[in-house]
Amino acid sequence: MSSLIEISDLRMKRNGRVVLDVEHLSIPRGETLTVVGPNGAGKSTLLLTLASLLKPASGEIRFNGKALSQWNELEYRRKVSFVFQSPLLLDMTVEQNIGLGLKFRGLPKEEIRQRVGRWVRDLGVESLLGRRAGQLSGGEAQRVSLARAFVLEPELLLLDEPFAALDPPTRTRLLDDLSALLADEHRTAVFVTHNLNEAAKLSHRIGVIVEGSMRQVGTAREIKLHPADETVRAFLQELPQ
Amino acid sequence: MEIFQITSLSLQVSTLATIISMVIGLPFGTWLALGTFRGRNIILSVINTGMALPPVVVGLVVAMMLWRSGPLGDLRLIYTPWAIVIAQTVIAAPVVTGLTAAALEALDPRLRQQLLGLGASRLQMIWYLWREARLPLLAALMAGFGAVISEVGASMMVGGNIKGQTRVLTTAIVLETSKGEFNFALALSALLLVITYIINLALTWIQQRAEKKS
Repeated sequence: MSSLIEISDLRMKRNGRVVLDVEHLSIPRGETLTVVGPNGAGKSTLLLTLASLLKPASGEIRFNGKALSQWNELEYRRKVSFVFQSPLLLDMTVEQNIGLGLKFRGLPKEEIRQRVGRWVRDLGVESLLGRRAGQLSGGEAQRVSLARAFVLEPELLLLDEPFAALDPPTRTRLLDDLSALLADEHRTAVFVTHNLNEAAKLSHRIGVIVEGSMRQVGTAREIKLHPADETVRAFLQELPQ
Repeated sequence: MEIFQITSLSLQVSTLATIISMVIGLPFGTWLALGTFRGRNIILSVINTGMALPPVVVGLVVAMMLWRSGPLGDLRLIYTPWAIVIAQTVIAAPVVTGLTAAALEALDPRLRQQLLGLGASRLQMIWYLWREARLPLLAALMAGFGAVISEVGASMMVGGNIKGQTRVLTTAIVLETSKGEFNFALALSALLLVITYIINLALTWIQQRAEKKS
């Protein structure tokens, strides 16, 4: 598989302090990589950098073989789609929310309607189309947020703990649906979570970030059986079994 | 009739000053709310101070600028309705700017990242942030209009309260009161209140209609 993303010597700084350091990371096309790590480890910073919403202090990210610095920023951002922990829906109807990214790209109304129609069916929010964002439950809102990201058919999907605020049954259902969608679509995705079981279920490989540094990348089994160092072992021990 | 002429001039001058303030305040307030540059807090505190500028002080400064001997004297605007528009813009622009910045700062800061993360251009992002903050932004406009339609000090100093030329409702009320014509002054005051109420009612209606449509 060819790499969609190649990261080398990436460093992010905040107030002069290094908050993320990734020596090398390659994400093949079609892979779901889950990033786990303690709070404040730099997981979200990695996603925001991949989305070109934060600029690296040094190092390079290559997308489709071309350095991010050489991409037109808007053109690049339109190949990526981001789902935050909070759904962050706008004060408009579900249909308008899901079609928003397509509207940004200047697609005709009819095409927007058709594409929105497909994804509301796939994510089970068809009955909510006319509802306003404020009238949705947490689970419904997050489904709409996922539909809004998938409808863009992005080359790279970035998900920052999208289920963290949901109750366990809703979380499980959404995780199942997302897992099926990612498998069906063969979409490249980076998913951030605290939950190793969630990570194992969803992804091909798992990356462990501790104290801003990517310590290990491997399958769930590899990481559990052979933690790369003490910090990874300590992080795994702190996780709920 | 004189009263219609005074009312019409009041409305024209204050509406124009509010529109100019919006043209200045909306982009400036947005820049202040979204920017992360050095000196931002200083500018914000200056704007916040500007929101409480005493109209009579604005009137004095604008008058000094527009006097024949002043730096803008050649424009010959002193004691014209344009002078009142300028002074009222100086009063309303900080109000609109400050409230615009506050309205945008009150939005979830991740909303900007979410909009960009969905592929919005910078302008599209700003447009949708304005849309999300449309209710407080309309309130900013209402506050700007309220500040200028009700002020008297600046209009008096730069307009001169000239009958048939620069007399507006507030300056007419002051004049009639000083002449002891309390009934007429009270009638003008009631008119001013009714006009302000109708305009705010219209803006509130627009606000609610926009909310339903969206």
